[in-house]
Amino acid sequence: MEVETMKQLATALAIGLGAIGPGIAIGLIGGRALEALGRNPEAEGSIRTLMILGAAFAESIAIFALVIALIIKFT
Amino acid sequence: MAAEVLKDVVTETNQEVHAETAAQAEVHAGPHISIKGEEVFEVAGIHVTNSVITTSLVVILFIFIAKYYYDQSRKTDRGLGFYAINTAVKGIYDLFESVLHKKINIFFPLLGAFFFFILLNNWSGLIPGVGTLLLKSVHDGVEHTVPLFRGGTADLNTTLALALVSVIATQIYGLRMIGLKSHVGKYLNFSSPISAFMGILEVVQEFSRILSFSFRLYGNIFAGEVLLSIIPFLLPMLLSFVSTPMYFMEVFVGGVQALVFSMLTAVFISMAISEHH
Repeated sequence: MEVETMKQLATALAIGLGAIGPGIAIGLIGGRALEALGRNPEAEGSIRTLMILGAAFAESIAIFALVIALIIKFT
Repeated sequence: MAAEVLKDVVTETNQEVHAETAAQAEVHAGPHISIKGEEVFEVAGIHVTNSVITTSLVVILFIFIAKYYYDQSRKTDRGLGFYAINTAVKGIYDLFESVLHKKINIFFPLLGAFFFFILLNNWSGLIPGVGTLLLKSVHDGVEHTVPLFRGGTADLNTTLALALVSVIATQIYGLRMIGLKSHVGKYLNFSSPISAFMGILEVVQEFSRILSFSFRLYGNIFAGEVLLSIIPFLLPMLLSFVSTPMYFMEVFVGGVQALVFSMLTAVFISMAISEHH
């Protein structure tokens, strides 16, 4: 295979595989946050803040994969 | 004679090939994307990149906002701008207070500075004109176009510096708050083989924090800029319908990342200043 083809494939695989884990994680975080909200509706404000923080941490793993993909693509 | 004709033919085909590649390059000329800040000019051997220019402007803006806030806070009749800034400062203060409790006043200068500096830097990359104003610059004898501005935190150097400040400040606060013995005891603990191994893991964790801090912020902001510049090439027809929500999502992401950075610093400081865990 050519180098250029391999580069394209590597870019797609890096972000494609890297998005699986964070996708599952964000789903779990959102689901558990809703569960907690159903059990304790008064705590909506703090649950939302913690959920967004948690989702941002899970998302950052996808962002690492994205950085790798962009480095492969543009260098 | 024959050789000359052949030469002509060869040069002609060469020219054709060149023209073709140039046309192809024009067709496939996507957005201008560079993973690092590019040098705009050079002063006394110091390479001034476009992200340095934007960061300097943001710092000047930050100084003016802080001066305005300070002047207004000493008056009796205050402007509307004061209350807008005060709401943000108070919200951040309350959030950090829930993590650090009574010691908030020692750490708030650092954490608040982190938050507002990162916030303004993240949003500086979203101002129209940042990244699109191009400048011709000659580098190594080759002329190319370089954006005049680039979001400050879309450069790994900025975020790495912020991460180093965060991690080193955490260490210094830990040393000052709980003393040398118990602070170093977290890393060097030979009471049992397991705690000795845990100490090594703690040391590794400190270094991995630098990496994760810097890459998280840089990746989020840089990926946002790439996203915003690539979307017009994917959907040129529905540009405003697609890129406007994306723009507001990037505004949101910039705020969340500033919050995450300063919040994580607050959590790590509160872990470092607690005696035992």
